[in-house]
Amino acid sequence: MTSEKESRVPIMAEGSCLLRKMEISVAEAEKRTGKNAVNMQETYTVYLIETRPADSVTEGHNPVPDSLWRRYSEFELLRNYLLVTYPFIVIPPLPEKRAEFVWHKLSADNMDPDFVERRRIGLENFLLRVASHPVLSSDKIFFLFLTEENGWKEAVFETGFLAKSDSRLKALNATFRVKNPDKRFSELKHYSDELQSVTSQLLRVRARVADRLYGVYKVHGNYGRVFSEWSAIEKEMGDGLQSAGHHMDAYAASVDDILEEEEHYADQLKEYLFYAEAVKAVCRKHELLQYELETASQDLASKKQQQEELAAGTVRTFSFKGMTSKLFGQETPEQREAKLKVLEEQIKEGEEELQKEFVKNAWKDIERFKEQKDHDLREALMSYAVMQISMCKKGIQVWTNAKECFSKM
Amino acid sequence: MSGMSADPAQALPAVMSPLSGQMLELDEDDDLEVFSKDMNLMDGSPMNASMPTSPASMINQYKFEEETDAKDIFVTVDNPESHVTALETFITYRVVTKTTRSEFDSCEYEVRRRYQDFLWLKERLEEGHPTLIMHPLPEKFVMKGMVERFNDDFIETRQKALHKFLNRVADHPILSCHEDFKIFLTAQAWELTSHKKQGPGFLSRMGDTVRAVAASVRGVRNRPEEFTAMLEYVDSFGQKMISLDKVTQRIVKEQKEYLGELKEYGPVYTLWSGSEEELVEPLKGVASCIDRCCKATEEQIGHLSENLVPLLHEYVLCTDSVKAVLRRRDNIQAESEAKNDALANRKADREALKEEVERLEDKVECANNALKGDWLRWQGNMRSDIKAAFVSTAEKNVDYYEKCLAVWESFLTSQTAAHDMESNSGHSS
Repeated sequence: MTSEKESRVPIMAEGSCLLRKMEISVAEAEKRTGKNAVNMQETYTVYLIETRPADSVTEGHNPVPDSLWRRYSEFELLRNYLLVTYPFIVIPPLPEKRAEFVWHKLSADNMDPDFVERRRIGLENFLLRVASHPVLSSDKIFFLFLTEENGWKEAVFETGFLAKSDSRLKALNATFRVKNPDKRFSELKHYSDELQSVTSQLLRVRARVADRLYGVYKVHGNYGRVFSEWSAIEKEMGDGLQSAGHHMDAYAASVDDILEEEEHYADQLKEYLFYAEAVKAVCRKHELLQYELETASQDLASKKQQQEELAAGTVRTFSFKGMTSKLFGQETPEQREAKLKVLEEQIKEGEEELQKEFVKNAWKDIERFKEQKDHDLREALMSYAVMQISMCKKGIQVWTNAKECFSKM
Repeated sequence: MSGMSADPAQALPAVMSPLSGQMLELDEDDDLEVFSKDMNLMDGSPMNASMPTSPASMINQYKFEEETDAKDIFVTVDNPESHVTALETFITYRVVTKTTRSEFDSCEYEVRRRYQDFLWLKERLEEGHPTLIMHPLPEKFVMKGMVERFNDDFIETRQKALHKFLNRVADHPILSCHEDFKIFLTAQAWELTSHKKQGPGFLSRMGDTVRAVAASVRGVRNRPEEFTAMLEYVDSFGQKMISLDKVTQRIVKEQKEYLGELKEYGPVYTLWSGSEEELVEPLKGVASCIDRCCKATEEQIGHLSENLVPLLHEYVLCTDSVKAVLRRRDNIQAESEAKNDALANRKADREALKEEVERLEDKVECANNALKGDWLRWQGNMRSDIKAAFVSTAEKNVDYYEKCLAVWESFLTSQTAAHDMESNSGHSS
């Protein structure tokens, strides 16, 4: 099973990553009840994470894996930590919190066993993606998430990541005020928007198609019922009718499995719908840095201008700094200004450096992401074709059998 | 019921699979040669309305002792044409007859007939043979959906049903010999009109109707068990046909809605391919597969609408026909019983009455025998019609899935091939 998953997780970096050393799986899901933050009873699901050294399973030796339980909110916390700590990385998304793009038979209930099962798979996929990432896999908090049941939350908060996170308002501000956006990032953002739009449209239409297909198959079940009743009043035709009816029932029932399998395909599409959001987060971070860089440069430029005006004796605007230094300062205004200028230059260079580092690392990860996406989506499309083929083969079988029964009527 | 084995006298010498083999081998020109003496000829093919009924579609159901001749009359209904007069607009259909029967002066006839004419023929045949079971005519009006009378689909459906009706009459050893059938097939329009006028007058027909109503009000006293069994059977059977008709129409509806959504599905993949680079081929491939499956679905819906739906509808009408036959038989018996009562009560005119009683008793016996014989024939026809329609539907469904299978398999093969090519050329995957 694990090897199947590993072939699904592509492109492991040259450097060692956690997945090489460790087998990880989300083995089970269980319901728990407890008191929540406002002291009310709630029911939630916990997931069992199992880990084991990669080479521990050998001939005749099957050690029990280490394990701990986590709930969805803890996965969210881990992801938020990663988002803030590695803003230049496209962070793998979590499976959806609530069931969306639901077609009628499928339950939108979070407690529905099928939904829980698909979420278990999604969470395992998330962990495997992080564990196989060249950068993320060596994160200490991630390692603790997998190995330390207690005290993990405290450890996360101790990193102080919350303070580092950028406010939404700041990010939005930056989006509108950047003067020289990087063309590559603009294009990437545009692509992510398109990816989001088209995958959500695809998921919606697919759900409607599934709904209709369900209807078609299920109506055939009525044939089963009527044939069965009819066979009771016929002599020669009775047997043929009866057995044909059974095949019609089988046909009607077969759609459940067919559509359940298709949900896995939908989940693969959803992953990339959410990945698009993660890519947009990287773009936004870049915009923010760009904006801060532009602001720093602008500040520097205006300070230079002020200094020149000061030196030339033409004080255009009232400068508080000028006044206080005149009144209180030991330094001359010129000296102070010079100091400030150096400081600001350093700040600007720092911002530039930061930005360059960011762009370099981000672009590396974006290339990695692109290859992963192309590989995964192509696999998904092919597995969709395999599902259709399987559905067609089942259909051929049922109707061939039915035809034989009809022929015997 | 379902466990009973077939009556040896009714045994099928050929099982169905050789039949389909026959259908494939036959050439139209060889039509007249391919008979064994055992074959009883019935129209078992509801699909080919445009081809003359070929022997290939005859299914050997049982031995009909009197019948040993090969089929000697072929009738087709086609070529609907619209006629506009000052008073009305109506459709006529071309009726072509090819025959070697000696009663016919010529061996080929072509006439044009309208629905009214078919209705007239049916009434005449019913009058002459009240307890023979005829295949129903298509309905006079179609209320549901307010289908416009001259809608193409409506006309085509009606034409096929008229074709079938006539062929069933032509295949019937007794009905096909009726004088009015010959006139229907051969008379020119004005000849037919004048012949119609010569029929039993209004008053005499009124008299028949009054007698029939009186008889049905009186009710039959000692209906033989077998006819009661027939009635019960037809009742149940009718209900099943109505259900199947509804179910099949519902399937068509659901299929159409499925097709509607499917048509929107493919284009989204095409849209997506517009923003991708590496994924363009697989995305366009999937879009193309879905589009081709759409076409296959359309064909499947068409097949269902043109075959199973009309056939089931016909059998809903059939049950009404059969019930009418059973009622008429009851009435004949009721009339006879009434005359017997009269005989028992009357003192005078006993001789005349006795003759009348005997005549009516004979009439009852004839009616019963005719019905019994035709019942088997009807059951045989029903079985072969239903079987053929469902077999054809199943075949079409297999065909549909096979088409879709081929489409997706070819996509998968091309994708795997492309993938292999990339890996081999050292491209990282």
